[in-house]
Amino acid sequence: MATAAKKAPAKSKSDTKSLSAPVTPKPVDFTKEQDLAAYREMLLIRRFEEKAGQLYGMGFIGGFCHLYIGQEAVVTGLQMSLIEGDQMITAYRDHGHMLAMGLSARGVMAELTGRRGGLSKGKGGSMHMFSKEKHFYGGHGIVGAQVSLGTGLAFANRYRENPNVSVTYFGDGAANQGQVYESFNMAALWKLPVIYVIENNRYAMGTAVTRASAETDFSQRGVSFKIPGIKVDGMDVRAVKAAGDLATEWCRSGNGPIILEMETYRYRGHSMSDPAKYRSKDEVQKMRSEHDPIEQVKARLIAKKWASEDDLKAVDKDVRDIVADAADFAQTDPEPDASELWTDILI
Amino acid sequence: MPRMTMIEAIRSAMDVSMGRDDDVVVFGEDVGYFGGVFRCTQGLQQKYGRSRCFDAPISELGIVGAAIGMASYGLKPCIEIQFADYVYPAYDQIVSEAARLRYRSNGEFTCPIVIRMPTGGGIFGGQTHSQSPEALFTHVSGLKVVVPSNPLDAKGLLIASIEDPDPVIFLEPKRLYNGPFDGHHDRPVTAWSKHELGEVPEGHFTVPLGKAEIRRPGSAVTVLAYGTMVYVAQAAAEETGIDAEVIDLRTLLPLDVETIVASVKKTRRCVVVHEATLTSGFGAELVSLVQENCFYHLEAPVARVTGWDTPYPHAQEWDYFPGPKRVGEALIETMEA
Repeated sequence: MATAAKKAPAKSKSDTKSLSAPVTPKPVDFTKEQDLAAYREMLLIRRFEEKAGQLYGMGFIGGFCHLYIGQEAVVTGLQMSLIEGDQMITAYRDHGHMLAMGLSARGVMAELTGRRGGLSKGKGGSMHMFSKEKHFYGGHGIVGAQVSLGTGLAFANRYRENPNVSVTYFGDGAANQGQVYESFNMAALWKLPVIYVIENNRYAMGTAVTRASAETDFSQRGVSFKIPGIKVDGMDVRAVKAAGDLATEWCRSGNGPIILEMETYRYRGHSMSDPAKYRSKDEVQKMRSEHDPIEQVKARLIAKKWASEDDLKAVDKDVRDIVADAADFAQTDPEPDASELWTDILI
Repeated sequence: MPRMTMIEAIRSAMDVSMGRDDDVVVFGEDVGYFGGVFRCTQGLQQKYGRSRCFDAPISELGIVGAAIGMASYGLKPCIEIQFADYVYPAYDQIVSEAARLRYRSNGEFTCPIVIRMPTGGGIFGGQTHSQSPEALFTHVSGLKVVVPSNPLDAKGLLIASIEDPDPVIFLEPKRLYNGPFDGHHDRPVTAWSKHELGEVPEGHFTVPLGKAEIRRPGSAVTVLAYGTMVYVAQAAAEETGIDAEVIDLRTLLPLDVETIVASVKKTRRCVVVHEATLTSGFGAELVSLVQENCFYHLEAPVARVTGWDTPYPHAQEWDYFPGPKRVGEALIETMEA
């Protein structure tokens, strides 16, 4: 391949459109179509995760299963700022990310149940899925490991001279891993087009951020590498979209990396085996009743008369049908053949 | 005598050690306030305060490195890596610092740390929550490596490890936390409360490092096992009717070669079993030692039953797991050889 011999291009000054230091942008106004699309996407993620939780309870899903309920606006809003070819990589709370990338609900759900129709043929499970076609680079079970990989994806974008950015997700817990800072340094040094999205859901497993982090303003974690960062209301899909627009522009203009701290919240435990006794029910209820990302959009759609209750019920029905179909498939699709133990390995 | 699960026994070992010695500190991810994902440290922060049992950020390299520094000044950190699969970022500190401190400083400093890690599969954890990395540590001079198989040993070995002046890798087979799992995943597991090795003294006692234990005396073939595989091997012996002598190694480094050699010279046959992958696994070391020490007594090649040389699968866990059927087949083959 001719491009393989290319050296990483040094950006000439004319390539770089210098932008002023970014500050948190105001939430963008959504059109009716955007609000409806965001509503549908977030609802799909939520209904999918609720169903995954049910299947786990019924014993169809074993081991680990981390639900994204409550955090739907983050991936939904950011996805609205991306262009074809932008890569996404994340950790193990990954079902919502894949659905937002357009991967089939069947393929994701069947991976959770370990069936051959799963995105990794049932061999990866909930935490380990990929899609080259949709530029989804996993699905990683080791906390923080994907951050270095996402940095490498950004390098590859520079090397190929394409306009794409690497959207590298990690959590407040992963933000304390050493390799995150090695990655920050390289990304800033080489001006790599990477958006580090820190999904701060306030708890690293069962440990609140204040118990594990000296600096809890994660947007400022890049200061000593001169990486700008902004805090974003991760429960408001419009705020996320505004931040996504700013960040993608920043990266595509050759300014190097940027950090988006998404202030968000997971309603469920860290995984299905976590009863979440480390926080009060009131705290969860308050977030649900006052900040729910889906309810926010719903209220807006109704207030603006862009949709009636019946219209939204129809969306819910449609989404439930997709999820029910995925769940049926994931329960009836056969398990992988034993010979699959010996594929995609080195012997 | 009180009955304990392996989790309770491990917690009791830390409790007893912290009560006896103010220099013992316990920390790790989710270890303090939350009490550990497997609940091994539950209640310790309330009892001993936040300066002696505390949460660490998700920073395995930093956790181990800080523990080494503490230890070189005389503290005795007993730290938890949440899953053995998470230890790799800390490998540099373990190999280059912890294991070498005594040698490098002419014995002036030692490194009395214990690194506890849940190990092994059988819980549908997939490739990043199921691995058995013991051979990565047995390959390193300067470390001790312990794998208990029951509550009684877990407590005695952990106290001995905490009191040991050198770094100990303490691998806890997570499938054994609540009962002696024998590989029959479709059957309920007996609770430790109904097992004799679930009887654990309340107070201080130790099980010495470097001593194996014969779990099932036998005369036909020696099975070398540790952790979960001890019960798998016993099940295989019962189900095939082969009078196997099952040895629970308990400590991989230092290894009780004497007990192994005496048994193999008696039975003249040997099968080595572990859950970790085959190639360059600890079984290779065991087979070598048996060959060196017992060659003229052997009636059959020494067999190995292990996990396959693949990542730990999600969907096909029980095809990967070396259960009683595979161990039984190896016993039969070894007897017929």
